[in-house]
Amino acid sequence: MLKDITMGQFFPGDSLVHRLDPRTKLIMVILYIAALFTAKSYVSYLVMAAFLIISVRISTIKFKMLFKGLKPLIIVIAFTAILNLFFTTGEHVIFEVWRIKLTWEGVRTAAFMLVRLVMLIMGTFLLTYTTSPISLTDGLERLLNPLKKIKVPVHELAMMMSIAMRFIPTLVEETDKIMSAQKARGADFETGSIFQRAKALLPVMVPLFISAFRRADELAIAMESRCYHGGEGRTRMNVLRMEKRDWITLLVGVLVLALVIVLNILGL
Amino acid sequence: MVIKLNPIISTEGLTHVYSEGTPFEHVAIENIDFAAYPGEYLGIIGHTGSGKSTFIQHLNGLLKPTSGVVKLDGEDIHSSKKFTRQVRFQVGLVFQYPEYQLFEETVYKDIAFGPKNMKLSDAEIDKRVRTAAELVGISEDMLEKSPFNLSGGQKRRVAIAGVMAMQPKVLILDEPTAGLDPEGREEIIENINNYRKVTGTTVIMVSHSMEEIAKSVDRLFVFHDGNIDMRGTPSEVFSHSERLEEIGLTVPQVTKVAMRLRQMGLEPPRDIYTTEHLKAALLKLKGGEADA
Repeated sequence: MLKDITMGQFFPGDSLVHRLDPRTKLIMVILYIAALFTAKSYVSYLVMAAFLIISVRISTIKFKMLFKGLKPLIIVIAFTAILNLFFTTGEHVIFEVWRIKLTWEGVRTAAFMLVRLVMLIMGTFLLTYTTSPISLTDGLERLLNPLKKIKVPVHELAMMMSIAMRFIPTLVEETDKIMSAQKARGADFETGSIFQRAKALLPVMVPLFISAFRRADELAIAMESRCYHGGEGRTRMNVLRMEKRDWITLLVGVLVLALVIVLNILGL
Repeated sequence: MVIKLNPIISTEGLTHVYSEGTPFEHVAIENIDFAAYPGEYLGIIGHTGSGKSTFIQHLNGLLKPTSGVVKLDGEDIHSSKKFTRQVRFQVGLVFQYPEYQLFEETVYKDIAFGPKNMKLSDAEIDKRVRTAAELVGISEDMLEKSPFNLSGGQKRRVAIAGVMAMQPKVLILDEPTAGLDPEGREEIIENINNYRKVTGTTVIMVSHSMEEIAKSVDRLFVFHDGNIDMRGTPSEVFSHSERLEEIGLTVPQVTKVAMRLRQMGLEPPRDIYTTEHLKAALLKLKGGEADA
């Protein structure tokens, strides 16, 4: 059950996408999102879709997995689409009931919004599916490095992020275990009203918090006893290095964004 | 000896696959046939990842088999949702490190959690809590304390009492002595033996401490790679001590002594697993040599 959560999960592999520098992938995602939000026409959406499909193909991640990741977000996506459907002003009215107007413009915006969101989510999922959390935070730290000059604690933030990510599976497993243990004592999490269910979670939350604090304590001691004292003067075991393939990928990313902008200017 | 009645709990062709259809697919247990008879004391041994924990979670319906059935008193436990919930109370499962599941303000309330979920009357709950607490040696004055102020061993015993208080027909314990000092271990084992004597419940104990399990159980199941590698009485299983070592299980010290004696050319019996056995065997060997 809980173990089946795919959000933000890493699927190890050895494709070109897997081997790219995490910084390249992070920048690519930013370029991709920028392009998605500048895209205005069918043609530019087709370009974006082709780009996404090719990337997914190269990554050897199955589309099924990407769609599975969409599941928890279906409500958000549907809600946005419906809002756009009815609250876009336009002249080509399809029908009108009381104050609610359905226009062609609304349908168009809603459809674009839907495609945009789905593609946005799938693109970012591709990043987390092909990049281990550790290299992801590593890349993020290196990317944000310049911010150190204005006293942003980049290393500490990155460390907190890696620790948080490192403990997600542990805590999920722990929750699973505690839930099983309480179920074995007859706890019922599946039936009853919302209030009853929230109350039923108490026997899970209390032990979970206790163990989370215990773990944090133990981790802090373990880190200190290995002389961890923050980022100052710390070297890395795996130093990130941009390869030729990274530069080529970035070039492709810039070109896609440029293409979308050109298409916009041409009004296609 | 055990009289062969109908099994109280049994499995047929039980298989469980984790994360089916993803790159993490993993067959935890495969095609397991198992039966426990009323009143039996069974032991399950196997090293980490052998599938024993997955297996026992099937016995009370926490995990649903990928294929195969689990039967309680001959009825498939997944035949109806209502029955599956009933099974939770009839097959009590004590998880590893059960003290981490304590959550109530007082020891009393925590032990009462299970019986309360069974929707019993207050008087019945009270009776069960006190009986269970007594069985594991938790004194009256401890009942009103916070479970978080107890020692490790006491917490563990409170958690076990929480399951015992449901008065299940089958009690399953997953490594009940893990991480305790020798004294704490002995106490827990004694509590379980005591509970068995008083209630006559079927008990299944998972452990990887051979010494501990060999002394008390009627029958032993050895799990290896998701299969039952060996089954039988402790003496049957320990007579295959070479095989046990081969699959990475440490055999009791006395069994090791017997193995070495055999390597040295002597012929002690093959099923030595307690000090008494070894003593008898050594005396016999000595007597034999004196005769010659």
